[in-house]
Amino acid sequence: MNLENRKRELVKEFSPLLEKTTKVSKIWMGILVAIILVGIYAFFLQLFKGHEVTGMRDNVVWGVYIINFIFFVCLSYSGAFISGILHFYNTPWKNSVSRIVEIITVLSLIIGPIFILLCIGRLDRLHYLFLYPRIQSPITWDIIAIMTDLVGCFIYLYLTFIPDLAILRDHSEDAPKWRQKLYKFLAIGYQDTTEQRETLHKITKTMSAMIIALAIVAYSVLAWIFSLTLQPGWNSSIFAPYFIIAGLYSGISVIILAMYLIRKYYNLEHYIRKVHFVSAGIILLILSLLYGYFTFSEYFSRWFSHKIHDTNLLNTLFTRYFWQFVLANYVGVLVPVVILFFKKFRTIKSITFASVIAILGLWLNRYLIVVPTLETPYLPIQDTREEFVHYTATWVEWSLSFAGVAAFILFFILIMKLVPIIPMSGIIDQEREAFNKKGNAKQTITE
Amino acid sequence: MENKKTENGSTNRRKFLKLGLMSSVTAVAGASIISNFAADEETKPSGEKMRLLTPDGKIVEVDASNVNKYPEALITPEESRKGIPNRKFVMVIDLAKCKNARKCVEGCQKAHNLDHNEEFMKVQLIQDNPEASPYWLPKPCFHCDEPPCVTVCPTGATFKRDDGIVLVDNDRCIGCKFCITSCPYSARQFNWGHKDKFDDKSQPYSPETSVPAAEGTVMKCDFCPDMLRQGKLPHCASSCPMGVIYFGDKNEDIVTNGEETVRFSKLIEDRGGYRHLEHLGTKPNVYYLPAVNRQFPLERGFNVEEDIIERYKDVPYVQQLKKDGKI
Repeated sequence: MNLENRKRELVKEFSPLLEKTTKVSKIWMGILVAIILVGIYAFFLQLFKGHEVTGMRDNVVWGVYIINFIFFVCLSYSGAFISGILHFYNTPWKNSVSRIVEIITVLSLIIGPIFILLCIGRLDRLHYLFLYPRIQSPITWDIIAIMTDLVGCFIYLYLTFIPDLAILRDHSEDAPKWRQKLYKFLAIGYQDTTEQRETLHKITKTMSAMIIALAIVAYSVLAWIFSLTLQPGWNSSIFAPYFIIAGLYSGISVIILAMYLIRKYYNLEHYIRKVHFVSAGIILLILSLLYGYFTFSEYFSRWFSHKIHDTNLLNTLFTRYFWQFVLANYVGVLVPVVILFFKKFRTIKSITFASVIAILGLWLNRYLIVVPTLETPYLPIQDTREEFVHYTATWVEWSLSFAGVAAFILFFILIMKLVPIIPMSGIIDQEREAFNKKGNAKQTITE
Repeated sequence: MENKKTENGSTNRRKFLKLGLMSSVTAVAGASIISNFAADEETKPSGEKMRLLTPDGKIVEVDASNVNKYPEALITPEESRKGIPNRKFVMVIDLAKCKNARKCVEGCQKAHNLDHNEEFMKVQLIQDNPEASPYWLPKPCFHCDEPPCVTVCPTGATFKRDDGIVLVDNDRCIGCKFCITSCPYSARQFNWGHKDKFDDKSQPYSPETSVPAAEGTVMKCDFCPDMLRQGKLPHCASSCPMGVIYFGDKNEDIVTNGEETVRFSKLIEDRGGYRHLEHLGTKPNVYYLPAVNRQFPLERGFNVEEDIIERYKDVPYVQQLKKDGKI
């Protein structure tokens, strides 16, 4: 087996993905940039006119922004969690999806915190968080957790990039000069010697274990922002594990969706196969059952014990938010369960459909955790302006939300232009292993 | 070094406590001049002397640089964190006397330069159970002894003082709104947009007055410490024509509504005083006397402007009244 030749082959195979931009993808990128620009306009509008331009008011002080924040940050934590598991246990089919997961992790961890910044009334005083920190505040814990996680995830992502960057450095003679230079710089002299490979493998494995722990801590802290308050809908002891399960649920769904889109638009049917979808689908099935169970426990105990303030909250949920509640907590759980439960339904398209339902349902579930709770405080909302009573997101909030999603997709496309979405080093490692096994088998036979 | 400075400050404080009020500005609280001085370590003697009148009628001469530069005694954000020594402020609201006259709301709005739609004090229409008769409940900030808002603040912009008052320093507030979501009594407001009145710097900002407010920050009822320093009642208590709101010092065990002065402990004991939502464990410093032997029928509370009545339209009792054509 000639490694160098194989590497060259792989670079040749993947270089069109990196260097050629088709017309369709150019149009897509143009649309994404346009959405982001509208978002930037909305941001400046909010910056100069104040939070008046949002739908948030004195009772519902947190709106779509904080929901997006939880959504993206949970997505990131679950990405870290899943990727950590894939690496740590060296899952056999990990190679085709591991890079997708890692990119999702890092990107959502960059975009998530931007949404919390949009919630803050005085961005010019952001540094006060470090000038006058108070360790008692769960927000301070969250800042520490997110920053640690961000650094950890960046290091981890970079570690997994190194072997591929080295391959690209050695084999992309035809690529533009700036690319060659960039690869050379980023590959930090990695030569893929056995020793280097083992060291890198060891570091990556350690990092993957650390990232699982980090993700669990960060998840819990995020849930505590809500559950440590006294509010009827939030003050719940199961919020931390509930958030972990919910995050993983959305995480695996976004991975499936990304797998589907990448497979379709980059013609990677050879690498991302049905087996990947089915395996991810089964994980999604387990998670949807767990998530449904947690959701049920949460609302069931509130309903059964019917403390007056819990009852008020449930009344709000079952009247004003009836359809949202049904969509989030019935459709959003049961449809994926039904699709994934029966073997004959498990096709690539239906699994992707289930994951889309899961993503939308989960986002709506987060909305129902945040907004109705704030609309149903301990003391009934009275003696206040009509427009302060209920919350409806304005176009500013929506356009910034869509800008976040667009930025996520755009950055994803751009990272895919830097390194192949399927790790080449992983393919080589697999082949090397298979070759060695065969070799060993031959040896034993001859012996 | 730090210790030495504090020591200096405290000796100065003792010295100046004897001085009392300044002759030119009679209403100024002595403590503030002193504490301003204590905080301002780098003041150099200017050589210029000022004559001040002490409470016992003596005239003393002090260095001009030691006297507060502001026309009125300004309590800077730093000083406002300390609280008035040896006090433990407490409010008692007699629900039997409230008829939603809304003078407390208006007095508060005027004093804190609030708009018509901004209230630190809200009046709620509460019905404890379906059989109970509804009553008006004036609701200020409860200045809890275990304030959830203070615990969650990431920058210490909201704080609990030794005298029991919970204040917001809007110079420090970053506007994360976590305190608003964690307050179980919905006592806090947010400045969502810019208003011209925020630019009015004729009165320097102090957390004790909450004026001027600032865009993107949180504000709430502050128990009017500026009035307390002058030995006066908070604006809500002094503007209530019914004497609903008693205010006083728990250490002295005395509360007053401006007309009568009573023992706090006896008032609570005799009249069955309670704290709202006691089970939450926040230990409020605002007590309520139950609405028994009412002085006014509840309907008198609807003797207000139409847009105010509209604010209670979601209350089942009000919906019933409207159906019956009574309002």
